[in-house]
Amino acid sequence: MPGTVITITSGKGGVGKTTVTANLAVALALQSQHVAAIDTDIGLRNLDVVMGLEDHIIYDIVDVVRGHCHLSQALIRDKRLSGLQLLPASQTHDKSAVTPQEIAIISQELAANNDFVLIDSPAGIEMGFQNAVAGADEVVIVTTPEMSAVRSADRIIGLIEAAGKGPGRLIINRINPGMVRRGDMLNTFDVIEFLAIDLLGVIPEDEAVIVATNQGRPLAFEQSRPISRAFHNIAHRLLGEDIPFLPIFEEPAETILTRLQRFFRLRQSGPR
Amino acid sequence: MEILTRLFGRRRSSKEMAKERLRLILVHDRSGIPPELLHRMKNELITVISKHVRIDHRGININLEHSDGLTRLVADIPIVGARHGTSERPGATRGR
Repeated sequence: MPGTVITITSGKGGVGKTTVTANLAVALALQSQHVAAIDTDIGLRNLDVVMGLEDHIIYDIVDVVRGHCHLSQALIRDKRLSGLQLLPASQTHDKSAVTPQEIAIISQELAANNDFVLIDSPAGIEMGFQNAVAGADEVVIVTTPEMSAVRSADRIIGLIEAAGKGPGRLIINRINPGMVRRGDMLNTFDVIEFLAIDLLGVIPEDEAVIVATNQGRPLAFEQSRPISRAFHNIAHRLLGEDIPFLPIFEEPAETILTRLQRFFRLRQSGPR
Repeated sequence: MEILTRLFGRRRSSKEMAKERLRLILVHDRSGIPPELLHRMKNELITVISKHVRIDHRGININLEHSDGLTRLVADIPIVGARHGTSERPGATRGR
């Protein structure tokens, strides 16, 4: 049976698509899955950097499409983790260098030899997005709890449904529990209520992500950090397991009781 | 909940502001109606209504809303009185 092709997309840029793709690829490979990650952000190649594989690139996806090399020659094996491979984007061409059909064919070829094919989509709703979703069995939408990101996610969910790939599942990235508690950030329930879509995972904000990118070693390689656990939980959910969401991010609608409790706690700590 | 919040004098959280704004933004986005068209429809509605009755322009509120899976154009147009000579009902309030 061929593997599952999952496109990771967002509409808005900068919400963490590439970080999520890299970490899910690692997390799935750690579960003994064969995973191929494809960077379709042609002209703005980055997945290789986040995965720490940029030194090993010889050929890229445009070379494959143009017949300059075989697909297997362009794939980079991750030496740290067997079963993990990357097909890098080209840095010199633009989105029109490949067609949705070509990406779909490459995805199918990779799905024949892998359990999962993860496609990292470029930002935007134009050609690059069409390329990235063409071959998808499932689409995962990444958003942050910010208004602009949620609005873009809503738009992209509509486009995914129009492309017959819907409804997709949602990852909420960079939740800051402190800000949620203070009432300065939309919580999981708020975002889900707006977007009316199934939740796949919630990822806490963690500055270690930047350190991990500096080092070229995705945090999913670790075990203990909450953010690492969040990625592993998503990997398990993609494998069909029923994993509960981390309790800290399951902020239930505030009850009168908790509101009163907080009120009195605030009073005790004196006026601010 | 609102009453409690007010009672305790807590400021309205920025999240609540975000939710309110986002709700409106998404209603507009999902309707697919460009702002220019909505603006034109509003003006035409007002023109038609004021042909027949006198309206309070400051109190006009015409907007898209979303409920029960439907997008609605909801118009709240306060009527001050019937326009002289065009009232269909002879007994209706006349201006002045």
